[in-house]
Amino acid sequence: MRITPEEVLKIANLANLRLSAEDTARYAEDLEEILTYVDQLNELDTTGVEPMAQVLHEGNAAPLRPDIPGASFEQGTALRCAPQAGAGHFKVPKVIER
Amino acid sequence: MEDYRRLTVDTVRRGLQEGRFSARELAAEAIRVGEAQNQASGVFLSFTPERAFRAADRIDAKVAAGDEIGPLGGVPLAVKDVIMTAGEKTTCASRALANFIAPYDATAVEAVERAGAVIVGKTNCDEFAMGSSNENSAFYPVCNPADPERVPGGSSGGSAAAVAGGYTPISLGSDTGGSIRQPASFCGAVGIMPTYGRVSRYGLVAFASSLDHIGPFSRTVKDAATLLRTIAGGDPYDSTAARIAVPDYPGDLSANVAGLRIGIPKEYFAKGLDAAVGTRIQAGIHTLEAAGCRAVEISLPHTKYAIASYYLICTAEASSNLARYDGVRYSRRSASSGTMRDMYRNSRAEGFGPEVTRRIILGTYVLSSGYYDAYYRKAQEVRSLIARDFAEAFETVDAIVTPVSPFPAFKLGEKTSDPLQMYLSDIYTITGSLAGIAGMSVPCGKSPEGLPIGMQILTNHFREQTMLNLGHAFEKTGGFEG
Repeated sequence: MRITPEEVLKIANLANLRLSAEDTARYAEDLEEILTYVDQLNELDTTGVEPMAQVLHEGNAAPLRPDIPGASFEQGTALRCAPQAGAGHFKVPKVIER
Repeated sequence: MEDYRRLTVDTVRRGLQEGRFSARELAAEAIRVGEAQNQASGVFLSFTPERAFRAADRIDAKVAAGDEIGPLGGVPLAVKDVIMTAGEKTTCASRALANFIAPYDATAVEAVERAGAVIVGKTNCDEFAMGSSNENSAFYPVCNPADPERVPGGSSGGSAAAVAGGYTPISLGSDTGGSIRQPASFCGAVGIMPTYGRVSRYGLVAFASSLDHIGPFSRTVKDAATLLRTIAGGDPYDSTAARIAVPDYPGDLSANVAGLRIGIPKEYFAKGLDAAVGTRIQAGIHTLEAAGCRAVEISLPHTKYAIASYYLICTAEASSNLARYDGVRYSRRSASSGTMRDMYRNSRAEGFGPEVTRRIILGTYVLSSGYYDAYYRKAQEVRSLIARDFAEAFETVDAIVTPVSPFPAFKLGEKTSDPLQMYLSDIYTITGSLAGIAGMSVPCGKSPEGLPIGMQILTNHFREQTMLNLGHAFEKTGGFEG
């Protein structure tokens, strides 16, 4: 499994991460090594095996609770850790360019 | 204070009732010892004195009034910094959350405080619980209490070192692929990964949601039983927390394990296992046999595929979970944020360390279009096979006994350059994580260099009592000292 720096950049882009050229090259090598290692899973024939996405037990099989409104955060609590807030909102850079 | 560093839940209770110390004095001592040593130990990321003294004073008032103080009354407790404590910093050892103040308490935190525990600080760990050595903390590493040049294990290195190093009698950690059991083994503490769903994950900052657990560290098996009973149970805020009655683990603790069948998986004693560790675990198995257990060889044939399956699943889940750190609502925002898109990318690049970045990239890759079936789905199918191995084994045995780690604690910096080698060291703990069963590390003597070695006891879903009883019997017969 060959992973190029260009592929890493594409992935980093999907994950919203800015990478330096040096890091991109390093992660390409790391990814290549790890993906080569995980290739061994193909030794196993998993035809007809259900994928296990979650550990389910009796007791969490019907997890719905009654839909009763309860207390939630005060606006101030929710905004307290925001890097920038104002007028009761999260502030972000301009989204729409003129 | 006499023997502060060796206190247990029972000795705290006795000391409080006999008036030998107050809960406030204990809290003050915990914070004093922790702060005085922290530059060298790296155990704590923050202390919570106001919260601690408030809780301690409530206990002291109860003692004075002759009221019941709760099962953890007055006991200093440290909490891994990936678990939310309202009004206190919860950084996940990440620059992305360096200034984050948790807006609510984790369910497990509420539970320990209701039981009388006194939270004295937040412990260091690998960033977002990703790592096996605690060296991925964005702030500083933790030293192993047995040898300061060695790692405490990870990712809950601070919580393990807090208990083994004499800072708090009990602590809370989290385990995704071994992050409680492996540091417990490296430091010489008792550490439990409960059955998946036994303890609510509400307020545990998500890493890999299908694998994450909160669990206890302690100095004795009984204290682990008490702490586990306190935090276990269903929770309307976590739909995966099983609404199954919680047994009285400490009350039902019994050292009578005669007749129990313990499986010894041959795949766990093959190449790669350090000779000293192998010798100690074999001796541990003999100790259990002397207590009346019957050891039988078993096979868990898909063991060799566990690491590949785990690192695909956990990174896929991590890449989704960590998408929330966008620099908008609570995580760090970069100072250079021209457009919205730049703001996201720069904030995340500045916030995440190399291992977290590596896992997000791997996880995004395996979930990306065209690769999903080949990697993520395949890994989940193999996860089913690993879970089936355990299900079949538990038809004939009551518990499975293995090493926790292939080797004792390694030196700081020794394994940081090769991520895959670091991942491979998690082989004995990852299998149980994938199956969602319960696992515990108990001290099992020391290596020739004097480094602690842990023995792993695995039991089927919700069979924690059997696991605890085996650990308790082992401890009583001197197994901890080897």
